[in-house]
Amino acid sequence: MIKIDYRSIYQINGPLLFVEGIENAGYNEIVNITMENGETRTGQVLESRKGIAVVQVFGSTLGMDITGTKVRFTGSTARISVSSEMLGRVFNGLAEPKDGLPNIVGGERSEIVGNAINPYSREEPSEFIQTGISTIDGMNTLVRGQKLPIFSASGLPHNMIAAQIARQARVRGNDESFAVVFGAMGITSEEANFFINEFRNTGAISRSVLFLNLSSDPSMERIILPRIALTTAEYLAYEQGMHILVILTDMTNYCEALREISSAREEVPGRRGYPGYMYTDLSTIYERAGKIKGKTGSITQIPILTMPGDDITHPIPDLTGYITEGQIVLSRDLLRAGIYPPINVLPSLSRLMNQGIGSGRTREDHRGVADQIYSAYAQGRDLRSLSAIVGEEALSSNDRTYLKFANEFERRYVNQARSESRTIEETLDLGWDLLSVLPESDMKRVKRDHIAKYGKWRKTENAVQ
Amino acid sequence: MGTIVKVSGPVVVAKDVKNAKMYDVVRVSDLGLVGEIIKLSSGEATIQVYEDTSGIRPGDSVENTEMPLSVELGPGLLKSIYDGVQRPLDVIRDQSGDFIRRGLTAPALDRKKKWDFRATAKAGVHVSSGDIVGEVQETDLITHKIMVPPGISGTLDSIESGSYTVEEPIGRVNTGSGIKNIYLRQHWPVRNIRSVLRKLPPDQPLVTGQRVIDTFFPVAKGGTVAVPGPFGSGKTVVQHQLSKWADSDIVVYVGCGERGNEMTEILTTFPELKDPKSGKPLMERTVLIANTSNMPVAAREASIYTGISIAEYYRDMGYNIALMADSTSRWAEALREISGRLEEMPGEEGFPAYLGRKISEFYERSGNAVIKASTDRTGSITVVGAVSPPGGDISEPVSQNTLRVTRVFWALDASLASRRHFPSINWLNSYSLYRDDLFPWFDRNVSDQWSKTYADAMGILQKEAELQEIVQLVGYDALPEIEKATLDTARMIREDFLQQSAFDDVDTYCSLQKQSMMLSLIITYGGLQMKAVERGNLMSQLQGLRARDRISRMKEIRENDFRKYYEESLEEIRQAFEQYTREGDKND
Repeated sequence: MIKIDYRSIYQINGPLLFVEGIENAGYNEIVNITMENGETRTGQVLESRKGIAVVQVFGSTLGMDITGTKVRFTGSTARISVSSEMLGRVFNGLAEPKDGLPNIVGGERSEIVGNAINPYSREEPSEFIQTGISTIDGMNTLVRGQKLPIFSASGLPHNMIAAQIARQARVRGNDESFAVVFGAMGITSEEANFFINEFRNTGAISRSVLFLNLSSDPSMERIILPRIALTTAEYLAYEQGMHILVILTDMTNYCEALREISSAREEVPGRRGYPGYMYTDLSTIYERAGKIKGKTGSITQIPILTMPGDDITHPIPDLTGYITEGQIVLSRDLLRAGIYPPINVLPSLSRLMNQGIGSGRTREDHRGVADQIYSAYAQGRDLRSLSAIVGEEALSSNDRTYLKFANEFERRYVNQARSESRTIEETLDLGWDLLSVLPESDMKRVKRDHIAKYGKWRKTENAVQ
Repeated sequence: MGTIVKVSGPVVVAKDVKNAKMYDVVRVSDLGLVGEIIKLSSGEATIQVYEDTSGIRPGDSVENTEMPLSVELGPGLLKSIYDGVQRPLDVIRDQSGDFIRRGLTAPALDRKKKWDFRATAKAGVHVSSGDIVGEVQETDLITHKIMVPPGISGTLDSIESGSYTVEEPIGRVNTGSGIKNIYLRQHWPVRNIRSVLRKLPPDQPLVTGQRVIDTFFPVAKGGTVAVPGPFGSGKTVVQHQLSKWADSDIVVYVGCGERGNEMTEILTTFPELKDPKSGKPLMERTVLIANTSNMPVAAREASIYTGISIAEYYRDMGYNIALMADSTSRWAEALREISGRLEEMPGEEGFPAYLGRKISEFYERSGNAVIKASTDRTGSITVVGAVSPPGGDISEPVSQNTLRVTRVFWALDASLASRRHFPSINWLNSYSLYRDDLFPWFDRNVSDQWSKTYADAMGILQKEAELQEIVQLVGYDALPEIEKATLDTARMIREDFLQQSAFDDVDTYCSLQKQSMMLSLIITYGGLQMKAVERGNLMSQLQGLRARDRISRMKEIRENDFRKYYEESLEEIRQAFEQYTREGDKND
């Protein structure tokens, strides 16, 4: 196709350009736009009809006019150059360098809309990742190739937790370290600096690729940024054999950008104005985590999202939870009680936990201890709200031990220092330690021989009446 | 050849498509993307494309195959994993590597594999469609019956046992108006219902080995189940457990818009798991349809129909099929997405107005039926559909339309899940309309106490719910002893019976006999404890009884040892309570 510059825009609406009188444009084709003052933008075809194309502009349409702007169709879908040179670099949402260093030249040209991994080619994720955080390792275990989001809300320390995971995460008995691909969408420069400093101070920067789109940057870049980040991650994982941890923050900003486009296109809105295809759209990001048979590398994703109004039923956390393999939920109440990390284990979940734990992976008693703690903590929490009504005195003595357990659990198990990295044995032993305040006969989730082997009940109490 | 005039996501409009008919399959552009005509207007055909349409532009070609979307049916379906339009994913992987490229085609059934065919019909007899003329041992578990394809009847001219591929004729039928070859495989357009002679009332349970299901909310063979629940409530685990342990002959598992790693889990665990009856790997009776959430949305819409057509085909052989659809909400969302692209007037929450009709049409393909054939045979399809309501709120259209047509409702509960009570089926909200039809069967075949024990247990759980409200107000200690005893029994039912670990080697499957004995032990214990309390004993004294351990260890006991354990426990419990329930003996 001959490359022609078209000057036939007939409508500009927010981030959308409507171009007429053109040769046939391909769906999802990339478009170069030159404004009258010489500034350039990139765009993508969202809909193509004979002679008419709807183009979504990545970047601001500020100052764009109908007559002076030139549009050129490139004839190809979005691709970026990927190479291992990208490690240690900082880019914007369109993979242009942001650190003053030159462009990535050479490298492989990869399409950023990745094809789906053939389910038949996937390998079941089963390698336990020790994050050093008890509530994750012990109760919601992360495994390599998993996608485990953090459901946070404004004012909660999700960035610190993500940074701590990136710093401490390792696979046991194995010295190979993670490379981190960090994609930031619409976060503030303060938050971005926090991560950059964090990576710099720990030396992780040399094995990280950062894609930054700040709150002040064009919102449309946020649509393309996670795909660019994941294309890079896929290259590093499957071509270079590295284990990649992808942190995407904040998915809420991504979804808002998606909604912006949808409303500009006057589509029928789904729940709360988000487009009806948001589930499919999000899945093309999240499902790019995984392991592939016969390849060394893997992609583990930790997307972070802030729940608007702390509401877990909001479409963004809701659709995310239906795609990801569990979620880590942060709680404002725990934060108020001075607990870090304020992870509320009750609504949290790791769906791949069972594959990653047990003898040979963590320890044989892992499942049982986790279940027992879950059930005891849930009971303790219920009793806490009950005692707020009827008073602690109205509880039976047995109930009071559960109340005590819940408090101790939060104070000793959930709570840990920002620099504290617990081994899985420490976490499990701590669990047994806490359980020992409860009657041994209540331990229905753990195996008897595990109680004998790991339990911390004094032997004299062992005999139940 | 047609020409594209418009592209918008998975929807493409083309003009001048030759002989365009509704639901014809077309090939789009030089890449040969598979699509289906879903709307016709003067000169223009609207096509939903089952693959990513990036790069497709107006002017590209559209070729009509003049065939509706069909599945290939024949030996080799079992143990396969297909995408939503029946492309075998293992073959696709050999063609295109680990990522699914576009425009790939692969036959659903292996063209080269030879099957040993054994003719059971003799030449010269009259046959009509649905009649079995022979069989192929498809896997160790399943004998594949070869049937006369729909629409063919006449005299069987020839038929020969031997070794055939699916494309070689195994015999000929003289229809009177011509000779037709019969093959091991046949075709079926997925959107058409394979009709049956008549449907029978369901009277046999689908035994799942899951206590809360079999004892409390049983489903009949040929029944329909809705499993709605918010994320993390264990829908998928319930579906996996059913596909593993349900006593159907064949399982069709449709992973519709769900996670890739979940399909991998099935692919890795099923070949290792053994069928409890035959000891053969479960994969030998399983067909998988995997259209994960990031695979094209239109193929997701088709995957449900592909699955149920395969199920109907095996039902026609006289088998009992369980079809798991996880999740029908994703399928409904695919409908919504396509409908939005067609700029149709939306109904509730953006779903198309025909959502309810589509859902009921799908579930209506289930049932226990007499097959259309010259000889009498019956088969059944049980459909278990997971629903993923946004925010867990089942007042939304997909849940509501599903509940209108399904007869069993397993309400998954987020609060149970968060305390790791699994399966998190809420015993107060769930229901099974088959209960009355099936309890006589249980009473006859398992234990004559079945329905009575159920009624006792359910009564106690109901009572617990009421008492919990009082406890919320006055505290546990303020309750009369007798009500504390009720709460205690309810707790045993919940923790020692309803909870069942899918990941424990012993507990993952529980036979009906064991279920009945377990519940009966709890009810007996609860009854004796109640009697002891009535005689003035305090719950705080009774709670320390050693015999209680017998109850809490029931789950760990293997099937074979359970009857002995049951009898010993019964004796031990009776003895333990003897001093508390003896006439005239009042404890101070």
